[in-house]
Amino acid sequence: MDFGSINPFVLVASLMVASVPIILAAIGELVVEKAGVLNLGVEGMMIMGAICGFVTAVETSNPYLGFVGGAAGGAALSLIFAFLTQSLLANQVATGLALTLFGLGLSSLIGQSYVGIKPPLTPEVPFGPLADIPGLGVVLFQHDWVVYFSILLIAAVAWVLKKARLGLILRAVGENHEAAHALGYKVQRIRLLAILFGGAMAGMGGAYISLVRVPQWTDGITAGAGWIALAIVVFASWKPWRVLVGAYLFGGITVLQLNLQAAGSSIPVEYLSMSPYLITIVVLVIMSSGKGRALNAPAALGQNFHASR
Amino acid sequence: MLRKTLLATAAVLAFASAAAAQDKLKACFVYVGPIGDGGWTFQHDQGRLDVEKAFGDKVETAYQENVPEGADAERVLTQMALSGCKIIFTTSFGYMDATNAVAAKFPDIMFEHATGYKRDSANVSTYNARFYEGRAVTGTIAGRMTKSNKIGYIGSFPIPEVIQGINASFIHAKKVNPDVTMSVVWAYTWFDPAKEADAAKALIEQGVDVILQHTDSTAPLAEAAKTPGVIGFGQASDMAEYKPSPRVSAIIDNWGPYYVERVGALLDGTYAQKDTWAGIGGGEVLIGEITDAVPAEVKAEAEALATSIGDGSYHPFTGPLNKQDGSVWLADGEVADDGTLAGLNFYVEGIEGEIPQ
Repeated sequence: MDFGSINPFVLVASLMVASVPIILAAIGELVVEKAGVLNLGVEGMMIMGAICGFVTAVETSNPYLGFVGGAAGGAALSLIFAFLTQSLLANQVATGLALTLFGLGLSSLIGQSYVGIKPPLTPEVPFGPLADIPGLGVVLFQHDWVVYFSILLIAAVAWVLKKARLGLILRAVGENHEAAHALGYKVQRIRLLAILFGGAMAGMGGAYISLVRVPQWTDGITAGAGWIALAIVVFASWKPWRVLVGAYLFGGITVLQLNLQAAGSSIPVEYLSMSPYLITIVVLVIMSSGKGRALNAPAALGQNFHASR
Repeated sequence: MLRKTLLATAAVLAFASAAAAQDKLKACFVYVGPIGDGGWTFQHDQGRLDVEKAFGDKVETAYQENVPEGADAERVLTQMALSGCKIIFTTSFGYMDATNAVAAKFPDIMFEHATGYKRDSANVSTYNARFYEGRAVTGTIAGRMTKSNKIGYIGSFPIPEVIQGINASFIHAKKVNPDVTMSVVWAYTWFDPAKEADAAKALIEQGVDVILQHTDSTAPLAEAAKTPGVIGFGQASDMAEYKPSPRVSAIIDNWGPYYVERVGALLDGTYAQKDTWAGIGGGEVLIGEITDAVPAEVKAEAEALATSIGDGSYHPFTGPLNKQDGSVWLADGEVADDGTLAGLNFYVEGIEGEIPQ
């Protein structure tokens, strides 16, 4: 393969940035699904986060508050989902899809007067001389804080799910909600909190798109990133670190195919564009060909729970 | 029985509303995107507002945003035809078949389809703009302004309109700067801000310092703004919020005059079916203000080129021009005919890479 004049360090640095929105949304959704809830509204929550974060950042001129606003916007939308599925026991798949459509429309309404405005810039974290190390400096020390936050978040979620009591409770609720209920855990309250976390992270991922990656607001700005995040959770077979791998793979291929084109490579664009999806299919086939529950999906995924049953 | 009553009521209502609006001409618009896209659909809506301004209370307008290309479009068009619209503008290529299908059912209503070529019934007209004329001007500025001698072009889809733009840009950049090379990146989207930003970033990382975009969002300009010394151009709309740099000029689609002309013709009874393909001369393509980031002599050169294209003394595709493989396309002084341009599917000599098929 001819990589031409592509600088591998710059490439890695840009794929890290390109992957941040899907990492945040996917790790949030992973926690939600671990609690046994399937929220297909990730795209809607992301775009609500994108506009709420954008509005907050513009009105306060503070890029950090923007991310808080984005997380709040995503969480607020997820609250509707939580109410419908946890209190009214609505079908999760249908509610999630409706949430996406609702989020797309509402964000467009809120964003009417914000088209064409430039948000305050999110600065790089100053690492001083470390940023000037050839190669490594570009890859590791020239990013904004959200890039580091997304990786730390993966580590935190991985640790909590595996080692902490909280993670154990969450998994119990997702694997067998009746047993968890019999043990005295408040299934719906735990799921509500998981949904809110998922909404906040999706919202923050959306805010990253409107504040850092594209720095502007336009209708439909997330352009399907939420669906990719959903696919990555399955791709990662519900394991946090694999979310990072999956997101870097998707982000990496997107950046790489554009770079290869710009560098004048002769590999047809179409093959590169479809490669992440091909890999997802291959991984799914390999995983599901094993014995037992190799796919690792939480057993109660998508099932509603009510204590009276 | 109930159904019959409903239908009758609907017919009476439709008749009543049509009668009420009889003294006013109703002009309707179908948009493929949101008005807030800041580009393509925004400009069509500006055209609609021009119609309102020009004719005041003699017309009323209606529009529908975000209409998908396909079966939905036919439903929306039928609805508009039934609700008293006398002239309907369908503003995206993908509405071609729906427009012709509905037009056949409503021979008294005029249909205007943007960027299409099918005129199956007498009440369908088509209109388009010669965007490549604007590309020639921005290509000239690009060739003069680049310091790395590398310019980049973000293509949407490999269709003739985009290939015209790529060729026109490159020919005119090369004319003023023989060392220039151009990288083309295909985004395979008209509108995906994140992807467009990534494409711009990839080009900048390859040393490109002038970005020409054929996608509709302002994301490539926002990306260019992050790197000092990189410039770009507004696409479809002025994108003035990125003045004076990175946005140094723009190609603006100006549909207003055409919409005013057609609605006016329908009002005074001179309306006739036609196929329009106007450019800088017809006022459909405007060159956005060239900012002070561009040296005065380059600005003058670009403006002179725009003038000569506008008055018809110069055609952007004038020979001698060779195809990419070195074979002769246009002999010295020969001008490309509209038929070839409308189906353009090859690069001119000097552009590297292949057009995806």
